[in-house]
Amino acid sequence: MTIEEIKNKLELTVFSGEEGLNRTACGGYVSDLLSDVMGNAQEGQVWITLQTHKNIMAIASLKDIAAIILVKDLEPSEDTIEFSNKENIPLLSTSKSAFEITGQLYEILK
Amino acid sequence: MNRYRADLHIHTTLSPCGDLDMSPHNILEQAAKKSIDIIGIADHNSTLQSRIIAELAKDYGIFALCGAEVTSLEEAHCLCFFPEDNLNNFQNYLDDHLVKHPNNPDKLGYQVAVDADEQILQQLDYSLLTSLDQSVDQISEKVHDLNGLFIPAHINKTMFSIFSQLGFIPDDLNEDALEISFHTTKEKIMKEYPVLENKTLIQSSDAHYPNDIGKIHTLFKMHNRSFDEIKKALHHEQGRNIYI
Repeated sequence: MTIEEIKNKLELTVFSGEEGLNRTACGGYVSDLLSDVMGNAQEGQVWITLQTHKNIMAIASLKDIAAIILVKDLEPSEDTIEFSNKENIPLLSTSKSAFEITGQLYEILK
Repeated sequence: MNRYRADLHIHTTLSPCGDLDMSPHNILEQAAKKSIDIIGIADHNSTLQSRIIAELAKDYGIFALCGAEVTSLEEAHCLCFFPEDNLNNFQNYLDDHLVKHPNNPDKLGYQVAVDADEQILQQLDYSLLTSLDQSVDQISEKVHDLNGLFIPAHINKTMFSIFSQLGFIPDDLNEDALEISFHTTKEKIMKEYPVLENKTLIQSSDAHYPNDIGKIHTLFKMHNRSFDEIKKALHHEQGRNIYI
């Protein structure tokens, strides 16, 4: 499923990285410890987190993450947005909690 | 130049996890016993106890840096120290930006500021274990606006460290040094994190109990004990240096 389709189904807002909306997602990963994501997330996964620091984009790029979803209406800092556009990795957001959005993403990807 | 033994990460009775024996006199007695010349007072997200200790430290021939161990939005702990004149200004920043939740002393621990005679001056009713609504970058900027020292704490720990929370050290963080915990050695840490080559590392006790004070130290080579000299030593200015 593409990030564009996920965005539409889960009614996500796009902050940046629009050019990467055609990427394909092969699963998801939920964590707020960037060291954990660095060690355990897999290529092509959608990463759900509450961290907004620009390092999330560096880790997403390193791990070839398909897209990042920020939960609870959290807003990324400007340098995070810039990084997302540069890497073409979509940065999306939802008003839902990590628990809810993870459940919904799981349902549509399983 | 002179050499001074420094333990720059000490909690007091004010930290909920700090032992109630961590009173000003007890801390200073322990530091003197362990031949520590410079201590850093770093309670979680509050500077309220540090000034009293710094004042009393003079009687012990000890120099105390005043500051706090600040929790960033990402939950990375950072040591922040200030010249005396700017300490209140930073406390105002902490008051403005700490996410406030009531403290439950029975579950989280007591948070008391005490005077030299161990009389309770204040008991904080909000928890110091929450975080600021500010990123590490914003905190670093604020600290430097106030001519302070910004030192990410225990970077090798698997929780509450810049590595655990942010994966790596942002290259524009402008840290004055990085702290490694007492559990490790410089040799081990260099093997584990080759990226730390050429970084300034300090090592401290992160003492929560009197006995922990001075169990590890950083050696400062500098002219005398003052905030400016410590800053210059951390930046290796004109022959000054630090060693772990």
